[in-house]
Amino acid sequence: MSVDTASKGLVLEAQAVVTGYGEVDILHGVSLRVEREEMVAVIGPNGAGKSTLLKAIFGLLPVRSGEVFLKGEDVTNKRPDQVVVRGLSYVPQVDNVFPSLTILENLQMGAFVRRDGVREKLDQVFALFPDLVGRRSELARRLSGGQRQMLALARALMLDPDVLLLDEPSASLSPKMAGMIFERIATINGSGTAVLLVEQNARQALSLCNRGYVLATGMNRLDGQARGLLENPDVGRLYLGA
Amino acid sequence: MATLGATYDRIRGQLQDYQRVAAGVIGAWGLWALIGALFIWAAVDERQLFVIGLIVGSVLALGAIGLTLIYGILRFGNFAHGDTMMLGAYVAFFFLTGLVKEERRDTSIGFGLGDLPGATDRLGDLSFGYGFLLAAAGAAIVLIAFSVGLDRLVYRKLRQRKSSIVVFSTAAIGVAFALRAVLLIIWGPEPRTYFAGITPKNEYPFDILLKTNEIFTFLVAVGSAAVVYVILFRTKLGKSMRAYSDNPELALVSGINTDRVITWTWVIGGVLLAVAGVLLALQANLKPELGFELLLPLFAAAILGGLGKPQGAFVGALVVGVCQEVSVAYFSAGYKPAVAFVILILILLIRPRGLFGSST
Repeated sequence: MSVDTASKGLVLEAQAVVTGYGEVDILHGVSLRVEREEMVAVIGPNGAGKSTLLKAIFGLLPVRSGEVFLKGEDVTNKRPDQVVVRGLSYVPQVDNVFPSLTILENLQMGAFVRRDGVREKLDQVFALFPDLVGRRSELARRLSGGQRQMLALARALMLDPDVLLLDEPSASLSPKMAGMIFERIATINGSGTAVLLVEQNARQALSLCNRGYVLATGMNRLDGQARGLLENPDVGRLYLGA
Repeated sequence: MATLGATYDRIRGQLQDYQRVAAGVIGAWGLWALIGALFIWAAVDERQLFVIGLIVGSVLALGAIGLTLIYGILRFGNFAHGDTMMLGAYVAFFFLTGLVKEERRDTSIGFGLGDLPGATDRLGDLSFGYGFLLAAAGAAIVLIAFSVGLDRLVYRKLRQRKSSIVVFSTAAIGVAFALRAVLLIIWGPEPRTYFAGITPKNEYPFDILLKTNEIFTFLVAVGSAAVVYVILFRTKLGKSMRAYSDNPELALVSGINTDRVITWTWVIGGVLLAVAGVLLALQANLKPELGFELLLPLFAAAILGGLGKPQGAFVGALVVGVCQEVSVAYFSAGYKPAVAFVILILILLIRPRGLFGSST
């Protein structure tokens, strides 16, 4: 079912993941795979379970059945702090900075489990997000929506993750700001970090990614090369509003 | 009934309108200006009481900082805070004197730190010797063990059940009652002091009379608060505590160890309470009920500063201390708790998020 890209090795794989809140299952067996250095989009209508999938992969929601592998290691139902040291970072959609900490402190917290090389990593991250450099000792609460999103991305990069999970990074941003954020995400991916991107903005996400998965009502509906999905009339009719 | 409900709704709506107007007019800067004016007036007009108020406030601050830290990290009002402070003071008393109550009489277990050679020889002008300092350190260790142990025994179980803030606070009230009863059983209801006798007051510039004990108290309290500030704002541990207080889920996502943050919160809170309890007992007689009486000024201080904000709790405690002491010039000293209560009500009406609280 899944399309093989030039195989550089699998970094993240979810197999038939079932999860939900309380008594209710939201995902009914969703599978996906992310290859090394790949950028993969997860799209689908509201309530399809896109964000829930990221939370389940990251250990924030219990996986009721199915498995999650990170670089071949079973990380199903591991706590987030155990997953994060194994090379997976996650940027939530909202509340993704520490508002009453400074920008620098936010980044230091991103590197919490890192033992050395924090300073070098800070320099790298500031080079990627030059807007943040001059404001490093300002409180994160003073940042605009777009700057917050940049800080959230920067925080997640502090541990040199192999895979970055992004939950709707363009939500509630102006189109111009969203474009800038996507540009940065492409840069991050270009430097070797695999990205799993959940997006409401399906067209933009697919035009940026290598491959895509379409979810609906908690199940895999379609997947394939991003270009193919963009041109697929079903996808267009259902989710792209074309 | 319907009319009663409608009247209630109308009055509530009216009150909320007043609150909104008052908040709009006064705001954070207005509140700061008000406090500044109050301090300047008190410092000019009631010098002696003002200075005593600062000293009392600095001790209150240690309790209020712990209260606000626990609120920020664990998200509940620790109603056992005052009684835990008393536990610290009594444990120090026990270490110093070895006294417990048995069959309505004081009996000694046979040894207290005060029995060490020269342990009660006064250090300079202070009313105590090195035995007291050892006893205080011992009390701090006991309170660390008590606080962390209580968390494992009670609060951790509530966290695992994802209990609401009401359940947490109710559990804390239960702990408070139990603690007070234990203090009564072990040491009895009568007032206790660490040292008998009177220490002289010295004269300082501007005709201020102070015991050396009071200066010691102020310095230790402010020093302890400064240490906490350095921990919170300069160390990785402290930053992770602030991060957790800000956004627990993101802290988890960043790999911050939640259990460790919570344990350290209790450790810091416990040490601060032991120091505060011991300093308080240096100034006043030790009674089991004192802890409950302290709860109101402690909460007033923490809320005035903005719940969860340690720097706010410090300022809030100084304000409460000064207001309480200066009020003695105008009302009977019996109204001191009422002063804290009035401050609490005013801040809740005007600016519930306090001096340092933010809207986001």
